[in-house]
Amino acid sequence: MSELLIEIKDLECNIDNQKILQGLNLKINKGEVHAIMGPNGSGKSTLSSVLAGNDNYEVTNGSINFLGEEISEMSPEERSWKGMFLAFQYPVEIPGVSNINFLRTALNERNKYFGIDSIPAKDFLKMVADKSELVGLNNKLKNRSVNEGFSGGEKKRNEIFQMAMLDPKLSILDETDSGLDIDALKIVANGVNKLKSSENATVVITHYQRLLDYIVPDFVHVLHEGKIIKSGDKSLALELEKKGYDWLKTDENI
Amino acid sequence: MSYTEKELKEELDNKSYEFGFVTDIESEKAPIGLNEDIIKLISSKKNEPQWMLAYRLEAFRVWQKMSEPNWAHVKYTKPDFQNISYYAAPKKKKELKSLDEVDPELLRTMEKLGISIEEQKKLSGVAVDFVMDSVSVATSFKEKLSELGIIFCSFSEAVNNHPDLVKKYMGTVVPHTDNYYSALNSAVFSDGSFCYIPKGVRCPMELSTYFRINESGTGQFERTLLIADESSYVSYLEGCTAPQRDENQLHAAVVELIALDKAEIKYSTVQNWYPGDAKGKGGVYNFVTKRGICGYRSKISWTQVETGSAVTWKYPSCILKGDHSIGEFYSVAVTNNFQQADTGTKMIHIGKNTKSTIISKGISAGKSQNSYRGLVKIGKGAKNSRNFSQCDSLLMTDQCGAHTFPYIECENPTATVEHEATTSKIGEDQLFYCMQRGISEEKAISLIVNGYAKEVLNKLPMEFAVEAQKLLEISLEGSVG
Repeated sequence: MSELLIEIKDLECNIDNQKILQGLNLKINKGEVHAIMGPNGSGKSTLSSVLAGNDNYEVTNGSINFLGEEISEMSPEERSWKGMFLAFQYPVEIPGVSNINFLRTALNERNKYFGIDSIPAKDFLKMVADKSELVGLNNKLKNRSVNEGFSGGEKKRNEIFQMAMLDPKLSILDETDSGLDIDALKIVANGVNKLKSSENATVVITHYQRLLDYIVPDFVHVLHEGKIIKSGDKSLALELEKKGYDWLKTDENI
Repeated sequence: MSYTEKELKEELDNKSYEFGFVTDIESEKAPIGLNEDIIKLISSKKNEPQWMLAYRLEAFRVWQKMSEPNWAHVKYTKPDFQNISYYAAPKKKKELKSLDEVDPELLRTMEKLGISIEEQKKLSGVAVDFVMDSVSVATSFKEKLSELGIIFCSFSEAVNNHPDLVKKYMGTVVPHTDNYYSALNSAVFSDGSFCYIPKGVRCPMELSTYFRINESGTGQFERTLLIADESSYVSYLEGCTAPQRDENQLHAAVVELIALDKAEIKYSTVQNWYPGDAKGKGGVYNFVTKRGICGYRSKISWTQVETGSAVTWKYPSCILKGDHSIGEFYSVAVTNNFQQADTGTKMIHIGKNTKSTIISKGISAGKSQNSYRGLVKIGKGAKNSRNFSQCDSLLMTDQCGAHTFPYIECENPTATVEHEATTSKIGEDQLFYCMQRGISEEKAISLIVNGYAKEVLNKLPMEFAVEAQKLLEISLEGSVG
């Protein structure tokens, strides 16, 4: 019997008084990979932002239970400390702050929250070396400012590197495949696969079946107008690739 | 001259007598107002020689004919110069018995800055038994300096003990006629620092007023004169990161640097004067004239981190007189709440192949106004001279202002002058990104701001840089909106 990681119930949320999520339900167990697909504007990125705690979105109804705890009022950093990770669709540049310093600060803040001592420099550097190898991150990038002057592929790879360093329970990959060429896609997918375990889960948000060839989902969900209108196994993704979304939309309307 | 620890302790105990302050402290305050009699009183209280008094009086005559400048991008109620007392014996702070009696807000800040308990006591006026360690550090420090022939003392001491050097250099870079505040300072300056590095000597440690422990309160009109003789080097630290509260609202200091041929001066300032409360009440007016002159192949580097003062008016400048001389200005100026800063630099290229670099990073938060004002002047004879200026502004809220007033005057066609400027707002998306990675908002702001200011902070001596970073963090607490 697999263990429940997160349960989203009847989630509704607004941005600028506009309803985006309209009663979304989703359960994810440890060890699972879920893909969320859907047409533009269906609420995919909103879902990832809301889960991560972006306060531009107002949760108006429903609940998010993460590891047995209601988190919809929790700050983004506390969610992060408890094991929530979002790989951003558009990773942000932070000039003058080295990647290494950024991650060390992040890890130490988390340790502080759990009352653990700061990670010793030596252990930290070893961890950096191990994890960057995992995603094939160029050595130079580690000392450069966070995402500054990185190519699209480097930025996405850096997201996965950060994910490896933080070792989250739930990783949400928001269109991580966008802007990647096929080689970069393989490297990123490979990194994600290596980080999978029976203790964590991954949510892959994507437009395209292509990424799912490399990160194989256990479940595929179709998001439309702020709710999940269809769920299935990986074959659903292939079907969507062939037929598009329109047949599902009509289904829903009937 | 060498000290034993006992002698030093005695000197410290007796320091208030050193300048003749024998009578009741309270009665040592001059009546308010400014006239020739007051200046004569100041001079005689300090046992100054006739030439010093003559200099003060001349400056006073010039000052009377001047009017307060209005061009800076700051608004404030002009001080009433006849309503200030221009002379007070070094203040004996009310001695407190323990840290429990100190304003907890002040303590919290000092703790955050990582200031040791002993130092906290000293800074907040709690009676401290002298730690033998720090005395011996200071003693060996003094010994080492005097072995090398380096003079490092208070300005008043220098006037009496090294009159030739003072006479030769004082007012040569910032003449008493220079501007309203420098004229005022020249007439009434209270005390300050004097430093002379002999020919070919590389000062082995960073000179900071902190180590000059026989220093007494320098008062509101500070004067610094620093001379680096040929081929010498010195790094000088001014100010301190601890919050400085002062009941004197007006501070008008003068700093003169003289780098003779092939000499190098690094002058670093971290200033944290009381900025007034969150509603904009109170706070220090800091009107400072800082300037250095460079000889052949010499270099002057100004680095400043400014977080304090209600109103700042300050332009550390370099006169690049000698051929191949170099001037540098690195600045981080933070304004929060209702603070106003008009700060920048002047690079005056006179010699051939002279080079200057200006990196200015303004950070505005709250409802503050932060202006960069700079002049790059290339004289007729400044062949092949080069300047690079970069002026960046970071806005933390939508109610603050950042302004840039660069002036460029170029009279030589072979010169190269470059100016770059950017303005950015601290992004919600940057903050959210950090927070998603488990970095709290406060920490994220500090990370982003320190990243932004890194180019400048890197120029500070190591320990100073660490404190300055923390200072930025504290100054900007809760400032994003």
